[in-house]
Amino acid sequence: MATVASKLYSDDVSLLVLLLDTNPLFWSNRSTTFSQFLSHVLAFLNAVLGLNQLNRVVVIATGYCSCDYIYDSSLTLSGNSESGRTGMPALFGSLLEKLEDFIVKDEELIKEQEHDERIASSLLSGSLSMALCYIQRVFRSGHLHPQPRILCLQGSPDGPEQYVAVMNSIFSAQRLMVPIDSCYIGTQNSAFLQQASYITGGVHHAPKQLDGLFQFLTTIFATDLHTRSFVQLPKPVGVDFRASCFCHKKTIDMGYVCSVCLSIFCEHHKKCSTCGSVFGQSKLDGASTVSDKKRKAPDS
Amino acid sequence: MSDWQVKYKSSLKDRGTEGILKLREGILLFVPNDPTSDSKLKVLTPNIKSQKYTKEGSKKPAWLNLSNKQGDSHIFEFQNYQDMHACRALITKALAKCEEEQPKKPAAVLTSAEQLSIADLELRFKVLRENIELQRLHKEFVETKVLTEDEFWATRKKLLGKDSIRKSKQQVGLKSMMVSGIKPSTDGRTNRVTFNLTSEIIFQIFAEKPAVRQAFINYVPSKMTEKDFWTKYFRAEYLYSTKNTAVAAAEAAEDEELAVFLKPDEILAQEARQKIRRVDPTLDMEADQGDDYTHLMDHGIQRDGTMDVVEPQNGQFRRSLLQDLNRHAAVVLEGRNIGKHLFAPPSILSSYVFHDVDSENTRSVAEALARVKQVSKADGETTKDANQERLARMSRLAEMEDLQAPQNFPLAPLSIKDPRDYFESQQGNVVNEPRGAGTLKRNVHEAYGSLKESILEIRTKGLRDPLIKPEVAFEVLFYPVVFRSLTQTISTAKNIIGKNPRESFLDRLPKSTRDEVLHHWTSIQELLKHFWSSYPITTTYLHTKVGKLKDAMSNSYSQLEAMKESVQSELRHQLSLLVRPMQQALDAAFQHYDADLQRRTAKSARGSAGEANGSV
Repeated sequence: MATVASKLYSDDVSLLVLLLDTNPLFWSNRSTTFSQFLSHVLAFLNAVLGLNQLNRVVVIATGYCSCDYIYDSSLTLSGNSESGRTGMPALFGSLLEKLEDFIVKDEELIKEQEHDERIASSLLSGSLSMALCYIQRVFRSGHLHPQPRILCLQGSPDGPEQYVAVMNSIFSAQRLMVPIDSCYIGTQNSAFLQQASYITGGVHHAPKQLDGLFQFLTTIFATDLHTRSFVQLPKPVGVDFRASCFCHKKTIDMGYVCSVCLSIFCEHHKKCSTCGSVFGQSKLDGASTVSDKKRKAPDS
Repeated sequence: MSDWQVKYKSSLKDRGTEGILKLREGILLFVPNDPTSDSKLKVLTPNIKSQKYTKEGSKKPAWLNLSNKQGDSHIFEFQNYQDMHACRALITKALAKCEEEQPKKPAAVLTSAEQLSIADLELRFKVLRENIELQRLHKEFVETKVLTEDEFWATRKKLLGKDSIRKSKQQVGLKSMMVSGIKPSTDGRTNRVTFNLTSEIIFQIFAEKPAVRQAFINYVPSKMTEKDFWTKYFRAEYLYSTKNTAVAAAEAAEDEELAVFLKPDEILAQEARQKIRRVDPTLDMEADQGDDYTHLMDHGIQRDGTMDVVEPQNGQFRRSLLQDLNRHAAVVLEGRNIGKHLFAPPSILSSYVFHDVDSENTRSVAEALARVKQVSKADGETTKDANQERLARMSRLAEMEDLQAPQNFPLAPLSIKDPRDYFESQQGNVVNEPRGAGTLKRNVHEAYGSLKESILEIRTKGLRDPLIKPEVAFEVLFYPVVFRSLTQTISTAKNIIGKNPRESFLDRLPKSTRDEVLHHWTSIQELLKHFWSSYPITTTYLHTKVGKLKDAMSNSYSQLEAMKESVQSELRHQLSLLVRPMQQALDAAFQHYDADLQRRTAKSARGSAGEANGSV
């Protein structure tokens, strides 16, 4: 089997890790139902698996308070057919089962939580970390491995409290040279996803029409890394580089930065909460008081 | 005697009027003897262009022909040649004096700012001729007085060539060719060897061999002439090169001056020893025993590569190539500080072939070098206090740590933060609108329920059939094209759908409009560059400049508007999209200008009001 595999290994073998957004608070008030969305996604996965015999797909569900591996194409046994159910390809029977189990678990977890004051964001940082762990394992499996990439299908808004964790995952992906593609199907735009794609060299797109989602997915996100060098994929006009401050987790675009550890604050602090360095008085405050004094003198 | 009896002829055929020729300060005056004749002549000496005269010995009379700048010629016939020559000499002197004064006058007229050499102007014209774009910009702005010539070229120095920038003269360093590389010219017939010594070479010899320099100061001109000195020096060099130590020893014994050249350089050795003494061995090794390379004989490349043994008593008569190289390198690295005040860049000032020697010059070189060395030695000499300090420092650094008494440094306690604080703080204190906990839980429950239903649905029904409608897919694929067709009329939409959406819009514009658009692009960039560089406004010059630029910019703006209106309706939208960034940049500039103006007037109003209110 190994010899066959090495003969068939070409440049475009890819491992696609799909991060599926299953945040119920997002899907509960959308025109497109989750089932329609799922059908697009499943067909897309089929298409990716059909592009090359050795392609692999891993699906990780991103819930409201947890994440889990839902599907791994290399582990699925083809024997287990579910011919009882009509219309559903046997390949994805286990996927849907696991998805349902995951949602049940997620629901239980949210019942245990006391405070739910967050924005209804999904746990992107968790699923990114799980994806990167899987990819790291693939890297260590030997020198013959498919080229991994991460596709993030997200609709929920960004949770600013996850900023640090998400940025850390993005930088690890950059170092591993794993591009993070992102397809945003929500209403506002997501700064995290734009930054992720920009930093790691992936593709970011926010499709306007969700009933053409399959077309978007196959045109833009199905290309493997080797093919991307001669296919022109849509480039974003600009990247939203906003960060969230470390003290209140608000999204800010102008603030104070600690010169020692580069943590971001929205207001002036006496001391950095991350590294403990003491800040001096800011020059802006000093200048304004001086000019105030000067202006007062002639009038008095 | 500046008066002569002459006959003035306006041309050769003229018989000549007799009179007196007077030469005064800057004026040549001819007064005829006959007061009634009207051939008085007054010539200003600066106007005289040339003078011609007849030769002595020819049968012609002594004529002096002066031609002035206007082209007239005046011929004066002198009584004898002597007078003529005297007059000629005086005129020549006067002319020379005039030429000296002349250049000073025009220099005073031109201000330094506008003084451009002809070469610069030519270069500018050349650049303008080659680059049509630049020429257009130049015509538009400099000739309408929006920008001055200097401002226009200020940012384009690179185009004007690097030569004009590199005006600063470089100081030429020492040659790296060694002194021993000087090859004399040999004359086989008379068996003479001729050395061509330039001042540069002499300087190098003195710098590298302080013993030779000292000998020069001592012997010349008291004991021997400079020529003899150099003869002996080169004889010594020859002896070194032959490596015949016996002969060298013999000659050294005979001639004591020659012996000076053949001995190893004592001064160098002393300098090296002093350097070693001065160095603090605990800090850094600025010098060590190896610096005294003059005494290192037994390793090093001999001049011809052989390694033959030398008798000990004649050992001093050998020098190795390594020694010479080291010394030369040390001198070159030291640089030209000594020679700066003595020499111009190396042009052969006076090349000797052992005659025509300028011994004074060489002596001054030698003495200057000696003085410099003295100064540096005095600086470096260690005084008693310095010595004490050095010894103290050495003893401090040489102490052993284990044997020291325990030192109690002021300690700051180590504070390791609890990492959990960091992670927990990531939860944040985000407070959304306070919702009733119960309602939220219910919403969530409902959401989960609907999600589960969806999954069940897809499990039973399977994937959607058809998965995606073809019109939708088409829309997705041709998204940018379709979007455009929605905003335009149907006729144009028919043209556009099917074409490559990424075709350049500029190609579809008529040529004149396209050129205009591109020209506007470059000219607006130029204007904005100058506009933004003038802020903050500190002088009135900048103020007027900004005003002129603003007028030019508003001109451009209105031109853009007119262009937009003139273009066909189908292209208008695209053109306005293209033109929009330019207009936005101009708008930003206008805003800034207005804001700044407002601030200024407010400040001046406040200032004047304050002055009026305040005490006098």
